[in-house]
Amino acid sequence: MIPSHLKSSVGDSKEDAGFSAFGLGLELERRGALESLKVEVMASAIVNATTAVVEWASMAFDAPFADAVVFGVHVDGHLVVEVLLIAVILFQLTRKSYKPPKKPLSEKEIDDLCEEWVPEPLHPPITEEMKVEPPTLESAAGPHTVIDGKEVVNFASSNYLGLIGNETIIDSCVASLEKYGVGSCGPRGFYGTIDVHLDCEKRIAKFMGTPDSILYSYGISTIFSVIPAFCKKGDIIVVDEGVHWGVQNGLYLSRSNVVYFKHNDMASLESTLEKLAHGNKQAEKVRRYIVVEALYQNSGQIAPLNDIVRLKEKYRFRIILEESHSFGVLGNTGRGLAELYGVPIEKIDIITAGMGNALATDGGFCTGNARVVDHQRLSSSGYVFSASLPPYLASAAVAAVNYLEDNPSVLMTLRRNIHLLWEGLSDVPGLMIVSDPLSPIVFLKLKNSTGSLKNDLELLNKIAERVLKEDSVFIVSTKRSVLDKCRLPVGIRVFVSAGHTESDIKKVSESLRRVATENL
Amino acid sequence: MVRLPYVTALTTLFSYGLLFAFGQLRDFFRKIIDWFKSTSKDLKGYAPICLGLEDFYTRRLYLRIQDCFSRPIASAPDAWFDVVERYSKDNNKTLHRTSKTSKCLNLGSYNYLGFAAADEYCTPRVIESLKKYSPSTCSIRVDGGTTDLHTELEFLVARFVGKPAAITFGMGYVTNSAIIPVLIGKGGLIISDSLNHNSIVNGARGSGAAVRVFQHNNAPHLEEVLREQIAEGQPRTHRPWKKIIVIVEGIYSMEGELCQLPEIIAVCKKYKVYTYLDEAHSIGAVGKSGKGVCELLGVDPADVDIMMGTFTKSFGSCGGYIAASKEIVQYLKHACPAQLYATSMSPPAVQQVISALKVILGEDGSSRGAQKLAQIRENSNFFRSELKKMGFEVLGDNDSPVMPIMLYNPAKIPAFSRDCLKQNVAVVTVAFPATPLLLARARICISAAHSREDLLKGLEVISKVGDLVGIKYFPAEPPKHGHQAHKKVD
Repeated sequence: MIPSHLKSSVGDSKEDAGFSAFGLGLELERRGALESLKVEVMASAIVNATTAVVEWASMAFDAPFADAVVFGVHVDGHLVVEVLLIAVILFQLTRKSYKPPKKPLSEKEIDDLCEEWVPEPLHPPITEEMKVEPPTLESAAGPHTVIDGKEVVNFASSNYLGLIGNETIIDSCVASLEKYGVGSCGPRGFYGTIDVHLDCEKRIAKFMGTPDSILYSYGISTIFSVIPAFCKKGDIIVVDEGVHWGVQNGLYLSRSNVVYFKHNDMASLESTLEKLAHGNKQAEKVRRYIVVEALYQNSGQIAPLNDIVRLKEKYRFRIILEESHSFGVLGNTGRGLAELYGVPIEKIDIITAGMGNALATDGGFCTGNARVVDHQRLSSSGYVFSASLPPYLASAAVAAVNYLEDNPSVLMTLRRNIHLLWEGLSDVPGLMIVSDPLSPIVFLKLKNSTGSLKNDLELLNKIAERVLKEDSVFIVSTKRSVLDKCRLPVGIRVFVSAGHTESDIKKVSESLRRVATENL
Repeated sequence: MVRLPYVTALTTLFSYGLLFAFGQLRDFFRKIIDWFKSTSKDLKGYAPICLGLEDFYTRRLYLRIQDCFSRPIASAPDAWFDVVERYSKDNNKTLHRTSKTSKCLNLGSYNYLGFAAADEYCTPRVIESLKKYSPSTCSIRVDGGTTDLHTELEFLVARFVGKPAAITFGMGYVTNSAIIPVLIGKGGLIISDSLNHNSIVNGARGSGAAVRVFQHNNAPHLEEVLREQIAEGQPRTHRPWKKIIVIVEGIYSMEGELCQLPEIIAVCKKYKVYTYLDEAHSIGAVGKSGKGVCELLGVDPADVDIMMGTFTKSFGSCGGYIAASKEIVQYLKHACPAQLYATSMSPPAVQQVISALKVILGEDGSSRGAQKLAQIRENSNFFRSELKKMGFEVLGDNDSPVMPIMLYNPAKIPAFSRDCLKQNVAVVTVAFPATPLLLARARICISAAHSREDLLKGLEVISKVGDLVGIKYFPAEPPKHGHQAHKKVD
């Protein structure tokens, strides 16, 4: 017995065959009489063949085993087909999908790749500006120095207190050299700690009013060793965008989250702190720092410390204050930015400074409370893994601090010189002063920038060269490394010293005015 | 190679485990005691500078033996110096200076050629330059910090090392940290020896390039790493590397070993990679005329792309240099941050190096330079062979003035150091983290200023203390005449 649905399909197919043959016939009638006859014969043959197959198929399904009963379930023919289909599907699913085979590179292929590889050269092509050599000094870098046999007035050394050439300092250095030699021949942990280092650390701590301080052997390495010692991965650092390369390198090495705020803009700082305070739930484990420079090398601005301290206490951040250019300069007795603003020194967590500026020696120090200083003795890489400061430089630092404490009037002289220079440079065409009135770095930038950093620098270098050649006044422009991320404008930096006389200052203002008028 | 006996490894691990357990116990009690005392209001809301286990090693292990490190001295670090005595009232947590000093034999300072103290040729010239140029130029090199002394030094260094040009910096550590980022950046690859110094690691990290490490002094492994890296290219993008620099050191200061320079240079030349050689400890100290490992191992300086060194160790001054081709040096002078932002090297220190170089080259009119070089070679080889004969485990190669003596157990570190100091010999002991945890050692640095009597005294004291502390891990060689006499008696 043919099941109903199969019957109808068989019937349909018969009719379908008929209809399709009919359509075919109609189609072919258009082509021609003989061909249509042939095709008609073929068509009828096909129809007969199809009918025969279908009849046989229905006979097969009528066969008795199609009615077999397995396990009490009535098994029909179609079920066998379906079971077979399922079996085929399951079989295909268990096969792995086809992946083209992975062949590791053979030795020969690696050899070929190594042959083909062409490295870049170690240095980019040397341009003309790279070949320019800086002027060579032939005497000490004091307020007057000798370049190429001529005496020039030197406004390129950050010798703010005029201590280069000071007899007392030189005498203490000579005594130190005769006793200890030049180098210290070892890191602090391995017999490189000389008693002058310990004396210097105590003297600086006493001068600043903090419990202790730690000496580093090079000015720039101070800040980029201190920051990674305190800031680790996951900590948050908010930093001014105008900081110098040493700070940027320290931030990069610390692997913390760094957020920049607009240069010396307290509103920007406050909004950044506000954003961070709201975003952060895990406040207990994360250390937060604000890093600012007291006197920015890249612009001559002074950071408003009282605002920063107020914000730091509100949002619970720690301050790292970089005082390289303000130590020995700002404040009534030269104790730095904290004294200028009348902020108690305990409120500033970490103060670092390089001693290569006002103190006319080399090296750097870091000071703060006892915990801060002790921590650095084991975890600051520039302290642990490097040879210590040469002893004669440490005794020079002690002598310089003594001099500063005994003669605070030198700061008055410095301030007077800065004021005189401001007056002299106030009407120079094409250049405007953008530094703070208290800053000994007088920063002049171009009133109308050419638009590109390179062209600005070229112009400024030309001015500086002409000033040196024609008027024997030595001034310099900002230097930027390719690795520096700071985007502040470049300019001419005039470093004022307490050792300059009034005539020196008049000379530089006149010279700049003349050259700027001609060139800009 | 360090041959760590099995029993020693077990006892060392046990000691550290015990120290760790005690440390945790004391921390636990400290936490309980602190819980009773309230924290001050000021610190509320601030995360502590060190959390939990971050400074565990410092508080519980290092502080116990703090008196063995950072010993202050009160004289020049010459062959004999004055070590300041310190005392502590609170079990080594804080140490106080006294004004008493004791004269000790100096086996710890890096004074390879004896220029540390006042020298008859160098010191008068240094004092003269100090009076002329002052202790500092207060200016960066590119502004007003270049004096004629600096230019002279650069010529002299280039001539000494055998390269076309050189550039100098005020600190050795900064030399590495500031040069490597200028030479290579993102898209480049640095392959450094596994035992390289911290300054190289910092410079490599600061550059932004990828860093891979190869097994210490193993040229075949370096080749394997190079082949793999060049074939693979940059991670994930598989673009070819922009450039590859291999960084090795001349003498590794914690092992006293010389670098296998000829093999490594051969591998680097084959694969067109650049080489950077850090000769901090080897310049001036090894080689027939003091020109470093290149001279000692017969490598042409032109094959090494960049040679770096410091002036602290053999020249008794401070600072570092890079010697390379003229173009590279010109580029560095223009672009390196240490030239553009850091105060230039102090003029008296520059003069010290110039004078020391002149003495070594024999240009001061005497043969003191050649004498010093012969002396240090003789001293190092004599000291090393004697120590080995006594049964100590000494690392390092012949001719290297650095010889570490293995201690292993943490308790032997302070024992060795304190007992030697009691007998007026100052040694340096190094432990974790400068060395691997189980491999603590005492490191001896020999100087040309040591005379034969000094060395014999040092050997005597070390032998006595070594017996007391128990660090003679190998059997001692019996002295030759004694052996023959014994035979005769039989």
